[in-house]
Amino acid sequence: MNASPFATSARTATNRRVESVGKTVLAGVTALLILPLTAILGLLVIRGAPALSMEFLLEAPTAGMTAGGVFPAIVGTLWLVGVSLAVSAPVGIMAGIYLNEYAKANWLTRMVNLAIVNLAGVPSIVHALFGVGVFVLFLGLGTSILSASLTLAIMTLPVIIASTKEALAAVPMAFREACWTLGATRWQTIRHVVLPNSISGILTGVILQVSRAAGETAPIMFTGAAFYLPFLPQSVQDQCMALSMHLFTVSTQVPNVPEAIPYATALVLLSVVLLVNMFAIAFRTYLRRNRKW
Amino acid sequence: MVSASPMIEVENLSVNYAGKPALDQLTLDVRRNEILAVIGPANSGKTTLLNCINRMIETIPSASVSGTVKVDGHNVAEYRDPSLLRRRIGMVFPLPVGLPMTVYENVTFAPRMAGEKDRTVLDETVQRCLKQSALWDEVKDRLDDLGTRLSGGQQQRLTIARALSLNPEILCLDEFSIAVDPVTTMKIEEVLKELNENMTIVVVTNLVLQAKRLAHRTALLLRGKLVEVGDNEVIFSRQTADARTFQYVQGLFG
Amino acid sequence: MEFAIKASGFSAIFFVFAIFFFVFSTASEFIFEKMDFVEFLTSPEWYPTSLSNKRYGTLALLAGTVSVTGLAMLIAVPLGLGSALFISEFTSGVVKEGLKITIELLAAIPSVVWGFIGLAVMNPLIIEVFDAPIGLNVLNGGIILGLMSVPIMTTIAEDALKAVPDSYREASLALGATRWQTAHKVLFPAARSGLLAAVLLGVGRAIGETMAVLMATGHAVQIPGSPLDSVRTLTATIAAELGETAAGSDHYQALFAVGVLLFLLTFGVNLAADLIVRGRSAR
Ligand SMILES: Nc1ncnc2c1ncn2[C@@H]1O[C@H](COP(=O)(O)OP(=O)(O)O)[C@@H](O)[C@H]1O
Ligand SMILES: [Mg+2]
Repeated sequence: MNASPFATSARTATNRRVESVGKTVLAGVTALLILPLTAILGLLVIRGAPALSMEFLLEAPTAGMTAGGVFPAIVGTLWLVGVSLAVSAPVGIMAGIYLNEYAKANWLTRMVNLAIVNLAGVPSIVHALFGVGVFVLFLGLGTSILSASLTLAIMTLPVIIASTKEALAAVPMAFREACWTLGATRWQTIRHVVLPNSISGILTGVILQVSRAAGETAPIMFTGAAFYLPFLPQSVQDQCMALSMHLFTVSTQVPNVPEAIPYATALVLLSVVLLVNMFAIAFRTYLRRNRKW
Repeated sequence: MVSASPMIEVENLSVNYAGKPALDQLTLDVRRNEILAVIGPANSGKTTLLNCINRMIETIPSASVSGTVKVDGHNVAEYRDPSLLRRRIGMVFPLPVGLPMTVYENVTFAPRMAGEKDRTVLDETVQRCLKQSALWDEVKDRLDDLGTRLSGGQQQRLTIARALSLNPEILCLDEFSIAVDPVTTMKIEEVLKELNENMTIVVVTNLVLQAKRLAHRTALLLRGKLVEVGDNEVIFSRQTADARTFQYVQGLFG
Repeated sequence: MEFAIKASGFSAIFFVFAIFFFVFSTASEFIFEKMDFVEFLTSPEWYPTSLSNKRYGTLALLAGTVSVTGLAMLIAVPLGLGSALFISEFTSGVVKEGLKITIELLAAIPSVVWGFIGLAVMNPLIIEVFDAPIGLNVLNGGIILGLMSVPIMTTIAEDALKAVPDSYREASLALGATRWQTAHKVLFPAARSGLLAAVLLGVGRAIGETMAVLMATGHAVQIPGSPLDSVRTLTATIAAELGETAAGSDHYQALFAVGVLLFLLTFGVNLAADLIVRGRSAR
């Protein structure tokens, strides 16, 4: 074949056109993704603005939840997030350390890791079933902050374990070996070298679970979150309101709610979640820049 | 100081990795205050041997060990806590590993883990070890820099300084010059000769000439078996007990 | 401290098995002793509160889950894989970081907020555009769920593409292939198992999603005939009915049985994804 220079360049031109079309399509697809985030945020801001004010954040709902604010829901969310993380963070981190630093590579460890991966994939409503069955009924904790928080804790636990393991695994094995040859014990090595160089990655994982726990609804619906409470919770044995639950309530369960109230509630919830996430991301970026090796 | 019994006695040592043999019925002594070089082609089991001396072999799950290793007359398997054994043996790996902490903290790591808190003792240790490893002049103003930010050659000498921090009776080095420039290599060799005055040294090396320059005796390993061990005058002569030694030393190995 | 670490390790392990055991044992009493296993899986009749004719068939609920998830995947797979390809191969530096962070934030939007969007925004929109009597249906739930499932797919697919060695790209480009050709002739085949795992994890996530579908798909227990029909998924059924059941009642246990079904579905999908990824790394 004596291909003429024209033929070649024509094909190159076609290729180039295909490439630029393809690239544009992909860029469009990606834009389609970013659109919802901005559109949702914009819509919540525009439609929620009329209701949003300092009073909205600092007052309780009034007039059968058709007026007033979301203060008790904010307080309740803080309780739930705080108590659940107080349980799942230490247990999850220590379990992650155990699995990455101590557990022998045998079938039991493989089973456990498999179970943890799958527990992380269990639908949140199945966690709700477990919470109702075990914490509310079997252990007799009733519908309470404690029950709801424990349910959330079980839900966040596998993810914290996984992110802890990942952060620990990022510390090179050579550091551990160097410490051991210097006569450091396993625990000294973890305490003085492995943890200081992974704690920030571990914490980032925990912070991300803060935002997840704040956003979840299904696991707390039947275990401790109430539609409406005329008082603030005094202890973990009380029920509480929650932002996520409150959004569900005012948008589906209560008639004649002015449009701005659910929008403003959604905006508050989304802001909390996104701010916590952005903080975690900023933290992580900062850490990556300041790695010691 | 002079004592008849060897510093390290290896007897019938065999190691398998997941069933694959790496050392086969190895028997070898390291005398007090000598420099013993261990040479042999890649994968002949040199690193495995060092790992058995300080029980680092236990950290490799697939490894199974039989036979005995005695250090200073005591079977290493009898140490309840391997840390106590490892504190008596300095170990330097082929690739330098600066720990992610300051130079000062690197050198004082082992003493601190062993319970030393006295700041003046630690200060002295830093100075002594960095001088012994010929690094002091280069880093004396950078003691608060991260150990991981030093150059490769400096990190290797930092590793040696660290290995000396507990005044070990034995120092083992595994192909220490692999990631180091020739000038640094010569510096380290001088250091080792000085240290040898009151320390037993085992040098694993892939450089036959290094063994000849540095050691009193040399052992040749081949596929997990000891071919020959003897004084350098013999090993690097025509009178080797095993023909393979002569061939290997002459670089005639096929 | 060392002891606490080991104890925590074991307690976490204990919890994991406790969940499996508890949900299964509550459900098994119902499935094996009180009702016909075949009917549970094949009957479309779910009338747990009927006085005269209680029925616990999950076929219609399963159809709800399958239809909504299916539609969601029609949306999420091209969006997820397309954006992954774009981010991985056609962007760099700040743009790439920015896009990845945006995807991460998208993944963080709580499902109840998505459900609210379905209810407050999509619902009137669908009624208007399709002249439908109600906008809470398969279409609404599918779109919402599709958008929700994209981030996890993008993230994992992008990882899979990133894992393809640069030498493949260079070799292909050196042979005169455009980046576009390189993508679909070289990268997609090389990253095939990772991309498949990304899709499967998206499916698993979609099947288990609760609040959004509860709020966006209406509450009709039926096998849908068109995307404009309302449905009820397995997850929504539990969420809608758990609050009204008496502990230990047939209905209560039936919901646990639905939970087990859900668990097995997501477990199967996640396990498949896990095996695919592992098969890849083993090779
Ligand atoms: N961690 C390990 N796991 C499995 N096999 C190993 C491991 N370390 C070494 N080996 C094998 O054991 C043999 C001896 O290795 P090594 O002691 O490192 O030899 P050398 O240091 O002389 O190169 C080699 O065949 C090597 O592949
Ligand atoms: Mg070696």
